[in-house]
Order: sequence, then C-alpha cells, then structure tokens
Amino acid sequence: MTDISPRYAPGITEEIALEHVTADEYETILRVLGRAPNMVELGIFSVMWSEHCSYKSSRVHLKKFPVTGERVVYGPGENAGVIDIDDGDVAVFKMESHNHPSYIEPYQGAATGVGGILRDVFTMGARPVALMNALRFGAPDHPKTRQLVSGVVAGIGGYGNCVGVPTVGGETNFDKGYNGNILVNAMAVGLAKREGIFTAAAKEAGFPVLYVGAKTGRDGIHGATMASAEFGEGSEEKRPTVQVGDPFTEKKLIEACLELMAEDAISSIQDMGAAGLTSSSVEMASRGGLGIELDLDHVPQRETGMTAYEMMLSESQERMLMILKPGAEPIAERIFRKWDLDVATIGKTTDTGRMVLKHKGETVCDLPLDPIGEEAPAYTRPWFEPEARASIDPRSMKGPEHLGEALLTLMASSDMASKRWIWGQYDRHVMADTIASSEDPADAAIVRVHGTNKALAITTDCTPRYCYADPFEGGKQAVAETWRNLTAVGADPIAITDCLNFGNPERPEIMGQFVGCVEGMAEACRALSFPVVSGNVSLYNETDGKAIPPTPAVGGVGLLPDLSKRAGFGGMKEGDVVLLVGETRGELGASLYMRHVEEKEDGAPPHVDLAAEKRNGDFVRAEIRAGRARVVHDISDGGLACAVADMTMASGIGVKLAYNGSLPAYAWMFGEDQARYLIAADAATAETIRQNAITANIPVSVAGIAGGRAISINGGHALDLIRLKQAHENWLPALMTAEPARAAE
Amino acid sequence: MKTAVIVFPGSNCDRDAAEALRMVTGHAPAMIWHQETSLPDGLDLAVIPGGFSYGDYLRSGAIAARSPITRDLVKRAEDGMPVLGVCNGFQILIETGLLPGALMRNAGLLFVCERTPLQIENTNSRFTRSYGETREVTIPVAHHDGNYFADNETLDRLEGEGQVAFRYLNNPNGSIRDIAGITNAKGNVLGMMPHPERAVDPVHGGTDGLGVFESLLGGTA
Repeated sequence: MTDISPRYAPGITEEIALEHVTADEYETILRVLGRAPNMVELGIFSVMWSEHCSYKSSRVHLKKFPVTGERVVYGPGENAGVIDIDDGDVAVFKMESHNHPSYIEPYQGAATGVGGILRDVFTMGARPVALMNALRFGAPDHPKTRQLVSGVVAGIGGYGNCVGVPTVGGETNFDKGYNGNILVNAMAVGLAKREGIFTAAAKEAGFPVLYVGAKTGRDGIHGATMASAEFGEGSEEKRPTVQVGDPFTEKKLIEACLELMAEDAISSIQDMGAAGLTSSSVEMASRGGLGIELDLDHVPQRETGMTAYEMMLSESQERMLMILKPGAEPIAERIFRKWDLDVATIGKTTDTGRMVLKHKGETVCDLPLDPIGEEAPAYTRPWFEPEARASIDPRSMKGPEHLGEALLTLMASSDMASKRWIWGQYDRHVMADTIASSEDPADAAIVRVHGTNKALAITTDCTPRYCYADPFEGGKQAVAETWRNLTAVGADPIAITDCLNFGNPERPEIMGQFVGCVEGMAEACRALSFPVVSGNVSLYNETDGKAIPPTPAVGGVGLLPDLSKRAGFGGMKEGDVVLLVGETRGELGASLYMRHVEEKEDGAPPHVDLAAEKRNGDFVRAEIRAGRARVVHDISDGGLACAVADMTMASGIGVKLAYNGSLPAYAWMFGEDQARYLIAADAATAETIRQNAITANIPVSVAGIAGGRAISINGGHALDLIRLKQAHENWLPALMTAEPARAAE
Repeated sequence: MKTAVIVFPGSNCDRDAAEALRMVTGHAPAMIWHQETSLPDGLDLAVIPGGFSYGDYLRSGAIAARSPITRDLVKRAEDGMPVLGVCNGFQILIETGLLPGALMRNAGLLFVCERTPLQIENTNSRFTRSYGETREVTIPVAHHDGNYFADNETLDRLEGEGQVAFRYLNNPNGSIRDIAGITNAKGNVLGMMPHPERAVDPVHGGTDGLGVFESLLGGTA
C-alpha cells in the first residue's frame, strides 16, 4: 500500500473512492500524484479509467487487428477512420454502441447514439453523408421488446431525419439472448478532401481553447461509468445518466463547424462524447504532449450552481472543444453567433504536461497528464475457449415434407422478415445522393460521392448465432460477409469499423468469446486486405449474470469507381439463368433452417474458407465490372433458397430451381455455406460467365431458371410469390400493432 | 431564370433544391439566409426547402413563418412571384397564411419515407404544365407532419378552382381527400409534401420530379 497520508482528501471516504475506481487503481493514483486526489480529480480518473474510455479489458487484444493498408489515411486512435477514395477525396467513418442508455431510455439513448457518432465524423472535417445502424432486440414476444423497438427506431429517425443525414441501411435481429440488454450500434460515414482533415492532438502551447455548441447541464453524469457495468435490479433508475439529444443544435453545429473549418482558424478539434469535457481536454492535450488549463467559470452552463465535478463529468450533447490558431477567436465567434450557438474561450494549451482546472478563483484540479494514459489499467483477463460443437451431417435429418413451406417459414421468421416497418421511418433520400438504401434490392447501401460518378458502398454485418457457436469462425464470418456484401454490388471493399458487443469480461468464458471473435476477425481482415480503421468496444452487456450472444458488429465501406458498373438483386427477367458461384457442402450447423424449421440451435457454424472467399468474390466483382453480371446476390442467412426468394420478390418473377446433386435438397437449399453468390443473366451471358468461372477454377453451377410466379424445386414444392411477399412483409407490422403482450416472461 | 433558395437554421434540403435548380436552369440559385430582410430583385422563383426549420419546435414551420426573410417573401408572393414550398416549405407556407389549411401529424403517427405515386390533378398550373399528357408520377415523401386538413368549404373551393396540384394514389399520411400539394388562388404559390428535388436524376430511381422545375422554365410572366 502506498505510504501517503492522508489517504483521502477532505470530504472523500474510502467508500466514495471505491465508487469511482478500484482499490488497485486508487493506489496507482496515490502513487502518481504523491497525494490524495480531490473529488474533481477522482472523477476524472474514474471516467478516464472506465472500461468505456480506457478499453482496459480489450486493449491487449485489439492490437491483433491489422490497421494499415494502401488506402488507410488514419486508422484507430483518431475520432474516426479515414480512407482514401481517389481524386483527393477521403471517406471518414466509425461505428459506436449506445446499448446501455438505449435499454434504459430507448428514444434518447438511440438518438444520442446517432448524434455522438455523427460528431465523431464531422469533428474530422468530413460532412456526414450516411448513417447505418445495427440493432439487436430480445425475443419478439418478450414483454419489453415492442416498446424498445418503437422507442429506438423513433429515436434514430427523430435524430437522423432532423439533422438531414440519410439513414441508408442496417440490420435488425431478434433473439432472446438480448432480452435484458438490447444493442444499438450506429455508424456514420462522411466525406472530405484529404487536405481538409482535422485531428485532435494539440499542436502548440499558448493556443486558445474554445468551447462551442450547446450549454453544459447535469445530464449524463457518469454515463461512461454506467456503460461499463452490468445491469441488475433497478437499472431503470439509472435514467438520469442518459443524455438528452437535440438534433436541431447538432445540425447547426455541423454547419457551423464545417463553415469554420473552411477558414484558416482551427488548430485541432475534438467532440465532447463519453466523459464530456474531461476526455476531450485530456485527450487533446496528451496526444500533443502538452498541457491544458481551463477556467470553468467560462463554460456555458444550462443550470446554476454546477460544481466543477459536474461540469467535468457531464455528458450534455452537441458540444465540441477546439484549439484555435491564435487570433482566430473573432472568426469563430462570428460563425457560431450566426448559428445561434454558444461559444466561449475557456482556457489555453500549456507546455506543463498538466491539466489545471480553475473554478471560482480556486485551482480545483492539477494533474499530470501522462499517467492518466500511461498508468491506465490494462488487464490480460483470463479466458477459455468454448467447447467446440459437433458439425451437423446434412444427410442426418428427415427434412421438411414441403420445401416451399419451409422456405415460407424462414422468410416470415423474425430473422428474415422484412424490416420495412423500421426503415420506413428513416429519411433515406435527403442529400439526394442515395443510390441504394434499405428499400432497394442491393446487398450494400450505395451513396454517391456528391458531384461525381463514383460512390461508396456501405454495409453492416454480424451473425451472432455463429459467434456463439464458435467465436473464431463467427468473427471470420462477420468480416467475410461484410466483404462479400460490398463485392456483390460491385465495390472494392476497403476497410471496416467495428462495434464489439460482449458480456462481462471478468468471466473467462465471455473473455474467451471476445478473444476468439477478435482473432477470427483479424484473420479475415488480413486474408481479405480489409483493415480495421476505427471501432468501439461495449462490454458488460449482461443482466443478472446473463450475457448477450457475442456480437462483433462489422461496418464495411467500399468504393464503386463507376456508378454504371454496379449490381443489385432485382431486375431478373423471364428465362434468365440463375448461376450459383461457390461450393455447396450443405452447412446446416447454427443455420436459420435449424433454428426456425428444425427448432434447434445445434451444430458448428459454417467454415469460412478465406481463400475461396477472396477468389470467388474477386471473380464476381470482375464480372460486374465487365458489365456481364448485373443481377447479383450474396448468399448468407437462410442459404441459397432465401437469396432466391429475395431476388424473386425484388424482380416480381419466380424461379424454377433444379438440383440433382448428392446432397438432400433441403441441405442444398438452406445450407449456409460461405463464399457464395447468385448471378442471374440471360442464357448467353450466363454461359459466358459460367465458362469464365470454369476457366478461373471457380465452382459454378446452374441453380435454376427465372420464370412464372412461384419458387419451385425440381418441378414441385411450389411457393407462390404473392403468399411469400405477404408473409415476409406482414411479420413486423403484425408484431408492432398486435394487442399488448401479456406480462408473462 | 433567376432563382433563390431560402435557408433557415434546420433546413436540410437546401442543397438538394439548389442542385435541382442548377440542373434545370443552368444557373446556381442565390442562397438566402433567414436573417436577411429582402430577397434579390427580379427573382423568377423562390424555393422554401424541406428540413426541420428551427428544429420544428413549437409546431412545424411556425417559427420560420415569423423569420425576418419571410416578411419579404410573403409580400413578393402576394405580388405574384412564384414560390415553391416543399415538405417543411409547405408547412411554412401554411403557417404564413399564403396557403390554406393545416398539416397535422401523420395519421399513422410514424415518420413516413417512401416513393409515392401521385396523380397530377391540374396540368395547367405553372408548376405542372411541362408534364404534358403524364397524369401519374412517383416522387418520394419523407415527413412526420404531412396529414393535410382543411374544412369542407375550403376543400370544395380548392378543388373547384383547380388549386389541388397533386393527389396521393396511395395516401401515406391520412391527408384529407388525398391532397399532396396545393396552390394559392393566383396559382403562383405551390406547397407540396413530396420532394421533387429527390427525383431529378436517373440514379435517384426516377426523374418524375423534374417537371415541377421545368414547368417554371417556360416563362414566368
């Protein structure tokens, strides 16, 4: 124990100290300060060393990700990742979780999640051009699910629609594993010129520190700490730790910041996200190896009588901290006044390496900055791999009597049913550059780079049931599917962001899931030259000791160099030949077929052969670029038959499937083998593609012929398209408008 | 043709409207900040774009209708200058009294974003005349408060005078008599919930919105 006396500053007891940091961390603080911290300092350590800000459980493993590449301009460590998309243009993107707040207060939790991720992007000088979201809710019939769905969706829409950034895509799953902890992961993508990128590191001492945006209130105090703990009884009582969003202020802040960025005024800039003024000021100063001095009397305040502790820990939204070039204050003031936003010079950078805070004439904090980063706890937590599941023999089941009815069951299931009720509430077209969004038949959203003929392809993917069955293969698959979805529209996949959602890392089996998923993702990223450029970790997604399924959500961005060379999965015509690219072994383990038809969660997930993934994908992309493949769909959830169902509904035409191979028909139709695509084209073009595949040593076969108004297999088992579409479209509206569920669990 | 787009804090379709105008007229419009007190002289068209002016706080369009620039806009409109209000712009036009009725919360209470088929009701208006024989177009909507309402007397007058410009073929918001867009009595002011500026380029999935802008090109006298 450190020999320092007194061990606690006046007004602080051991109990208060341990509410903020662990006993070990408190010892470290005593050692680096050589004295007891006061309340403000203790608050600063508690948020900076929270799991949310310090990544103390995950840091050692995150280093396994490849983070560099030809097109990577900025990888992890900045507010968002930056990639080169030619012609001096860059794309800036990141995904972030807002899980804990969204469970407690779904509307504001989700809304501020959107607001926060937008700030990460425009802080870097980029205009946000697209929003995505990856949502996981509990079982459809869980009493809380509908209220959470409607609140989260309204919050995402309420914020995104108002700020005027289109919400172009995403994914939604329902699974009882999320009953007590929903996941709300939001991704934002922005565009900038390469020379117009701003970073957070302070550059010189003596520069003015400017506070801009909304006023500081008492909302969200300790939000970062809340997001670093499990839920239990009384979680709803944590509502005051959830912030309140104001998208109108955010919209003004975007415009004002971009306007100021066009002037020669800003030296560096950082948004105030988790841990608000504390993390932004600490990070800016310490990244630049400098110090910072703030006078809290100048912080614009929404409420009277706020203490220094409250101001430093508030997570009030829509605020930015910037370091200006000396003398630029009048320009900043003019622009922020024009937009009716608060602006105040609250301090300056120093060369002391210390953070000094003054309040009402007194120094309320004087901390050396280096130890906050360098001495931050980093744990190598114990972990073990889950027991491997046995693979499922595709010939071992009886199979459904009517394959068309089984397909209907799948397409009307919570996993596959249309999510129109959700995305219909998002403005997908504002900015007038949306080429493909949730409503369009394309495996990735497509957003044009304004004023050009090129576009970004964007997708989010993760298959938690695979990650649960086998974290390593599941991690690989999440990255591979992201890559495949970008490829299927014709884009060059460039890089990913991620949002790693897991349970309590202090439990070795959870830590094992985390390590397995990260290592699997890293392997796929390396094999596919698909580096990680930004991301976020959300741990402690667990209630009363029950953890969520491991959910490493991946957001991928690719480049479509020429908009005329792209593919979608609609527009199939009578007589088109449907080609299957890739090998089918009938992988039914952890498949949707097992879940919804056999009603079991058995088996090992599909193996991801990364070499095949790369080879098959590169082939398909080349066929799209050559103008031959225009109707393309990747095969993932629900297998070949579900991919065909998507294509038929989007095209308004049926498909006669034909199969005479060695697998049972159900395994061929519903197996979730990876690295596969469907391509539909007229007979002559399809034959050319088929020959090209054979020449390139790519497995290829004819899966069926488009025609009629039903999906059939070998002349039987027909599923009528109208019935299919109705069942597919009606599931979610029926859930959301049904009589309230009974209180039973 | 000389055009302008009014920009309020919270407008978010201002750039889209400007791009559509540039595409059709060949000239960039003047972007007029809400704090200005007068519009440029000799304007052939002012567009009030969509968005959430002043956050839609209080009531959609209510604060913008009392913004400094709006006084001159109303005067010019009354003098016969063409004004197009889209979405939030329609809400603002109603709040200024240039157009009758009210836009309430959507009947389903949810925000609605979809490509919506519309019937062109009046093909002689200065905003629709370039559609020619076309009677049906598809233009996207995206709004929370688009449920048009007026009393029967007003509705009968609007219909009798040919002031109903567009009707929904698949009413997305509960608007009375399926009304999607109306003009004033003189025919120089159009308010509509659908976004024509989001359907002017083949990559938007359709160019049915072009006609609204092209109609205005054919001479504004």
